[in-house]
Amino acid sequence: MKKVKENKINEEITEQEISSEEYEHAKRKPVIPGEIIVSGEDYLPGDGTRREGNDIVANRFGLAEESGRVIKVIALTGAFIPRRGNVVLGRVTDITFHGWIIDIGSASQAFLPIEESPKFVSKAEMDQFIAIGDIVAAKIWGVKSKGIDLTLKGKGLGKLEGGFVFHTNPNRVPRIIGKEGSMINLIKENTSSNITVGQNGWIWIKADSVDNQIKARKAIEFVVEKVHIEGLTEKMEEWFRNYK
Amino acid sequence: MAKEFKRKDGRKPTELRKIVAKVGVIPNADGSAMFAFGDTVAIAAVYGPRLLHPKHMEDPTKCILRVNYDLLPFSVHDRKKPGPSRRSQEISKVTEWALSPVVDLKSFPNTVIDVQIYIIQADAGTRTAGINAASMALAHAGIPMKNLVCSVAVGKLDKNLVVDLTKEEEDFEEGEGSTDFAIARIANTDEFTLLQFDGKVQPELINDLISLSDNACKEIYEAQKKALKEIIK
Repeated sequence: MKKVKENKINEEITEQEISSEEYEHAKRKPVIPGEIIVSGEDYLPGDGTRREGNDIVANRFGLAEESGRVIKVIALTGAFIPRRGNVVLGRVTDITFHGWIIDIGSASQAFLPIEESPKFVSKAEMDQFIAIGDIVAAKIWGVKSKGIDLTLKGKGLGKLEGGFVFHTNPNRVPRIIGKEGSMINLIKENTSSNITVGQNGWIWIKADSVDNQIKARKAIEFVVEKVHIEGLTEKMEEWFRNYK
Repeated sequence: MAKEFKRKDGRKPTELRKIVAKVGVIPNADGSAMFAFGDTVAIAAVYGPRLLHPKHMEDPTKCILRVNYDLLPFSVHDRKKPGPSRRSQEISKVTEWALSPVVDLKSFPNTVIDVQIYIIQADAGTRTAGINAASMALAHAGIPMKNLVCSVAVGKLDKNLVVDLTKEEEDFEEGEGSTDFAIARIANTDEFTLLQFDGKVQPELINDLISLSDNACKEIYEAQKKALKEIIK
């Protein structure tokens, strides 16, 4: 049963990586809810769209994109909507008998069961592994109407020690990561820092010096602002050359 | 009608006041918008979907839309006493009803979407400006919606049918006096989500009054659409 679950999570990760790549595609146009994107029986409604008779209609505000026959709307604004497979950062708000309650800044609370920690944790000493107020990087493996279930089993997940956390617009996360992680790697190299980006828009930075930490944050804020510009990686390289 | 009726501010009977629409006016909110009909200026902020407090209000089948409409103290000539009033509670409720048919509330069970509408300057038609702003703010917050909502007030001054009344026109008392009819409809359809009538009118004129909102709502829809698309350069 556990095996199946882990496999599913792995599938989700590959899907997520593809979606950050797709961000670079052309042929996009802004749409508002209720606007007809295309007409014709050939098209299929994807994320954020619906079929109305012969038309594909936008369900939400964003950029409409054609990838083959599927039409979807990429969100640009709004609150974080948790999905299975998302890696998120969160702050521990409470410890219960069975696990940790974590605030990930979404509509419902997230729960991290004690069984989902990568190593054995005694129920009597849970706060020695993760205490209230700690920041963790976790993966969502289930979204139900009453809450979100998290896991710490996976690469790069766990408690984040040192450094600092700040929040940005969750819709800009694919751009911060860039194509196959190109943007985030560029920032990491130029600031010799360790960065974890959560899909919920929480970002953790730790570097050898405070100056580098601030530099990394400023770089990320630059990416968030310039989200609609083409060739952002080159712009970023220039930004680092000019940074004093 | 032989001679066309001239309004005090020089508008034609079917002419709206100058519309100003802006999106993203409140960076802290998940979605926000400003909408103005001439001197009536409304701002709206949307937060959510987020955790609902108090917990007993939660609905496991859908999300709750919670609308709060209010006038700011300096929005009118005599200072408006801050805090909820009978009037603002009523308008909050009808705004909620005007907006909820287009919002896909089923997608976020057990949560709430908070819509705050504040009138920063009032010159009649505040509820309609508020609905227009809130509908844009909901779209800006990325909430799944069927369509936008467009709202306008139509009315009658003596025997003349007009759109988008000012406060001065609302207080018109000559002849048959003034009638105010607030209408909200789902954009590009004949589905109405708000019909609020204040005054007197001949029953046979009601259809004519409602059809006045056709062109007005089209104009409002174009303004809303333009404002939303402007933020994606």
